[in-house]
Amino acid sequence: MKILVCLSNVPDTTSKITFTDNNTSFNSAGVQYIINPYDEIALSRAVELAAEAQGTVTVIHVGESSSDATIRKALAVGADDAVRIDSVARDAWFVANQIAHYAKAHAFDLILTGRESIDYNGAQVQGFLGELLEIPSISIAKKLDINSMEASVEREIEGGKEVMIVSLPIVVGTAEGVAEPKIPNMRGIMTARTKSLQVLDPIAVPVLSKITHYDTPAPRGEVKLIDKANVEQLVQLLHSEAKVI
Amino acid sequence: MSILVYIENVEGELKKSAYETLSYGKALGDMTGEEVTALSIGNVSGEQLEKVGKYGVKKVIEVNTKDLSHFLNQAYASVISEVAKNLHTNTVVLANSFSGKGLAPRVAAKLSAALADGAISLPEISGAAWTIKKAVFSNKAIATEELHEQKKVIAITPNSLEAKVSPVEVTVEKYEPQVLPADLSTIIKDIVRATDKISLPEADIVVSAGRGMKGPENWAMIEELAQVLGAATACSKPVSDAGWRPHEEHVGQTGLAVTPNLYIAIGISGAIQHLAGVSASKTIVVINKDPEAPFFKVADYGIVGDAFEVIPQLIEAIKAYKNN
Ligand SMILES: Cc1cc2nc3c(=O)[nH]c(=O)nc-3n(C[C@H](O)[C@H](O)[C@H](O)COP(=O)(O)OP(=O)(O)OC[C@H]3O[C@@H](n4cnc5c(N)ncnc54)[C@H](O)[C@@H]3O)c2cc1C
Repeated sequence: MKILVCLSNVPDTTSKITFTDNNTSFNSAGVQYIINPYDEIALSRAVELAAEAQGTVTVIHVGESSSDATIRKALAVGADDAVRIDSVARDAWFVANQIAHYAKAHAFDLILTGRESIDYNGAQVQGFLGELLEIPSISIAKKLDINSMEASVEREIEGGKEVMIVSLPIVVGTAEGVAEPKIPNMRGIMTARTKSLQVLDPIAVPVLSKITHYDTPAPRGEVKLIDKANVEQLVQLLHSEAKVI
Repeated sequence: MSILVYIENVEGELKKSAYETLSYGKALGDMTGEEVTALSIGNVSGEQLEKVGKYGVKKVIEVNTKDLSHFLNQAYASVISEVAKNLHTNTVVLANSFSGKGLAPRVAAKLSAALADGAISLPEISGAAWTIKKAVFSNKAIATEELHEQKKVIAITPNSLEAKVSPVEVTVEKYEPQVLPADLSTIIKDIVRATDKISLPEADIVVSAGRGMKGPENWAMIEELAQVLGAATACSKPVSDAGWRPHEEHVGQTGLAVTPNLYIAIGISGAIQHLAGVSASKTIVVINKDPEAPFFKVADYGIVGDAFEVIPQLIEAIKAYKNN
């Protein structure tokens, strides 16, 4: 079984989010980057599934060489090889087209993404890939098992879950529950250095949309503290002042 | 030229997010002068479909064939784009719900449309240029996005735009789409839904609790508080990691992002990753025994106190208020 895991490189969750150039671009100065937490889940599950089925795991990332540390971490976790499409990840449509272009030539059985990235929160890549490759895509998986060439997937739905059986190849966006993120061990870190990281040129993709400006939400006013012996006052304020009950 | 609004149903019922998309479509139609049509797929009763008129949309296309009685991502995406093509639709509107997130990119790719996912505003239109706002960096910022294509798919974030009532007469038209067998290949084995629970993404009020609750055995009071308020329950990440609560209740940067009118945080410290998923809530109440808890800095109202003492009193106070 050949598995492809799509990795996004995102600001650490504790990063202060600020913008430069008159609020037109993200300020990456001093920001630590990590593997998108949902992609970490995808990667962990891919490594487990490949071990069960004697398969291979390739990770693919669209980004510049500054992401190589993140890619090496994925190799240390257990991916067999890596591909980097050498370009700024302009938007989800661009990224999906790069990955689809590569995937078409390499016949993967299973393509995993995170359910969304924690920077642009798009959740678009899985669906775009499914459509570009003309295969099923599942947006938010909470559980993923493979039995020969069939996947059993639990998908998150409003107030519950849906259990489905789908024939491979498929694209799955993984969420919590699918696997626990793995921490690379020393041996993994050592072997990661010798694994292949292929760098490929991007293909041209038309621009369909573009972020032109960022705003940060206005800060809230001072908190109004209510004495714990007087919770009725809170109920009163929620009714008459905040008008939410 | 037209606008097509895909209205999602849950077990045959139109939910709040469907009304929000209808109201959005209607407002958009008023801006562009285009005709607005709703599309329902699945087994939805005529009585439910009549409700479309309440939000100002006059026509519904009803697809209710046996193969499509429940949600199938590819098949539904194909039907939406087929109907969009038939109607010469420029803009498709749908909800950025769990299912909507699966549909939106597929529909956009099929129509070669620009996708505005997670929209939290109506577009600003000046000539051919459309700009739209969406939350990014897990609600830490708001981006303005320009859509360069004539064709657009707009997936709106549930609970971010109010459904406005403007009643009209509705006509329902049945339609039988051409669905390819390949689009129907997924087999749905089971659907498990807690029907008595309020759906977290759509909830107006969310009662959320953290590690300060000490253990899963203490959640009865959280559930009771939620119940008297008509609220959904949520939790912090360590709580779901420990298995005290199910994963789908986990809110924050790596969980669900929610935007209720009222978010009540109990025994949650207010770590940056938690705040990322909840800070866009309209009103925030924090109950924490530590006056230095960071959550108080982003709260509207706060009570410094032990949850085990405050919550039972709060439940009584709300009951008293509701009885008046
Ligand atoms: C990559 C990454 C992603 C993360 N994503 C998320 C996320 O999506 N969502 C999330 O929630 N967290 C996330 N976290 C974890 C986050 O950093 C915090 O650890 C977590 O939010 C803390 O949960 P908590 O507030 O329940 O627990 P704690 O931080 O332990 O806080 C418990 C609070 O309860 C109060 N308390 C204790 N007893 C009582 C009592 N009797 N009455 C009242 N108050 C009491 C304490 O004063 C304290 O403030 C993430 C972390 C990382 C590294």
